[in-house]
Amino acid sequence: MGVTEKHMSRDKKKRPPAGQFITTQFNSLLGWARKFSLFHYPFVTACCGMEYMSAACAHFDIDRFGAGWTRFSPRQSDMLLVVGTITHKEAPVLRTVYEQMTEPKWVVAFGTCAVSGGIYDNYAVVQGIDRIIPVDIYIPGCPPRPETVLDGLLKLQEKIQHQDQDWRWKKRTY
Amino acid sequence: MPTRIQKEARPDTMLLNMGPSHPAMHGTIRIMLELDGERILNSEVEVGYLHRGFEKTCEHRTYFNLLPYTDRLNYVSPLINNLGYVMTVEKMLGVVVPERAQHIRVLMSELSRISDHLTCLAAMAMECGAFTVFLYKMKAREFIWDVIEQTTGARMTTSYIRIGGVRADLHTDFDVVLKKAVAETRGVLKDVHGLLDKNKIFLNRTRDVAVMSPEDAVAYGWTGPCLRSTGVLYDVRKAFPYLIYDRLNWDVPLGERGDNFDRYLVRMREMEQSLRIVEQAAARIPKTSPALTAGGIEPSAAIRDSRRRRVREAVALSPNLEGSEEYRYPDILASDKGYVVPPKEETYTSIEGLINHFKFFMRGHGIRPPKGDVYFAVEGGNGELGFYIVSDGTDRPYRLHLRAPCFHIVAALEQLIRGRYVADVIPTFGSMNMIGGELDR
Ligand code: SF4
Repeated sequence: MGVTEKHMSRDKKKRPPAGQFITTQFNSLLGWARKFSLFHYPFVTACCGMEYMSAACAHFDIDRFGAGWTRFSPRQSDMLLVVGTITHKEAPVLRTVYEQMTEPKWVVAFGTCAVSGGIYDNYAVVQGIDRIIPVDIYIPGCPPRPETVLDGLLKLQEKIQHQDQDWRWKKRTY
Repeated sequence: MPTRIQKEARPDTMLLNMGPSHPAMHGTIRIMLELDGERILNSEVEVGYLHRGFEKTCEHRTYFNLLPYTDRLNYVSPLINNLGYVMTVEKMLGVVVPERAQHIRVLMSELSRISDHLTCLAAMAMECGAFTVFLYKMKAREFIWDVIEQTTGARMTTSYIRIGGVRADLHTDFDVVLKKAVAETRGVLKDVHGLLDKNKIFLNRTRDVAVMSPEDAVAYGWTGPCLRSTGVLYDVRKAFPYLIYDRLNWDVPLGERGDNFDRYLVRMREMEQSLRIVEQAAARIPKTSPALTAGGIEPSAAIRDSRRRRVREAVALSPNLEGSEEYRYPDILASDKGYVVPPKEETYTSIEGLINHFKFFMRGHGIRPPKGDVYFAVEGGNGELGFYIVSDGTDRPYRLHLRAPCFHIVAALEQLIRGRYVADVIPTFGSMNMIGGELDR
């Protein structure tokens, strides 16, 4: 042990070589920061919520991918997870929640019902939430397995990284 | 349009809207509260945010095809829903289910019940601030779901229990996985008892809060753990035994006061009883025919050969169909040809098999119960889960009605929270186990 400690202390004294820096673009730096700090708001209505719980808890642990912090208020979150069936009665509520979220925001359609209405092709169910709000990632499955959810999250992060980011003092070309 | 409470509210009170998407509650339900300070004077519960047209949709599906819709009623315990629906149809048809299938059904529905109670209490505890309990219970639920997944092939929406039996036989490693799940669940239950039973915060929010009298509970039509928490002994498994429940040795836990804490405690004790049932059923399950040695010819080769000769070799099925090979049929499915899907081996390799298969699924054929109506109930996660089916002799139900247990329980919410504080809404609502799919159908 003694030898290692001595070795380490000598290492610590060594100064870092000059010129340790990275180059990047502000856009991708912002994308990198944003993709790993997704606060999500689970809009849980139906069965898919059970798999959302599984994905969020210890076994699958969505926290490993930087989306662990569940905020139960749309005003504090970046990612809206629409989990479960959206009926026509529920649709205005979803729209309100979406509009309450601050920019930048992303929407995930979680489960076949949110994607397309799923097996409920009838009078009561909205046939896909993209009829009322814009959707970034569609996660299919009835319900999707937690692995699929994590995969969807990774895809969303990739999308965020390569997106044209928006910031306050950005020069607008339009 | 003003709601009832908006019209009736006193001018000096405040109206507060909880839900349908509220941070401190789960599920899609809207509760309008009329408040005097922190006190709730009146309330109005609005349901229907998850009305997915279950009953109407079922009228357009054949008896066999509507099974997946029943998965999504009480989505925390889908296997019990399957069981309730399937046993109702079986009662209409008069099907006799093999012993082994009955044991598997009991095993699966008790595991489902545990997962249901775990989820309910996890959500209730989390909303009271006990996040650790939530994580522990979800952990236990994962182990239970491992067993379910191994047997049924799906984690939640299983469609496993079929008319006449079950879809597939148990996996060869079933005992190992089950043992692990039971041990883990027992451990978690012990931990949770330790965390909550004498926890001052939890007790303050649940003890003597929202007390229901036995008379009111019966009058509202409460069933299940919520009714038993008031001290009324009614369990469908004991009162009208089905499957093999009367041959097993287990107790019905009862509460005394009918408050939130009793509802919590009854659920906890019921899980222990369910574990007992699971262990007994697993020990008594009749042995199956010996497992077939792996192999057999490929289905495509069998189909090719069947054009020239009668195929007598075993056909290798795809892994998705594992457990439902033809030689297992006597153990897991009724012998009535008209009510069960013909074995895939026959469908692939013989013309009669193909015709049988075709006739089973063809419009206007398949399962056609005699004219009449039937009601049958099983003990669901929340209480008496009943199906009422009217048949007009065709292959689809003329009318299908679901007696959803939590509909009756939520009906009493207004009474329970009247005069209490706003904070009491959360544990009260949590202890009721409102499940949207079942409530709004
Ligand atoms: S996709 Fe399937 S599991 Fe998810 S909410 Fe819809 S019906 Fe339920």
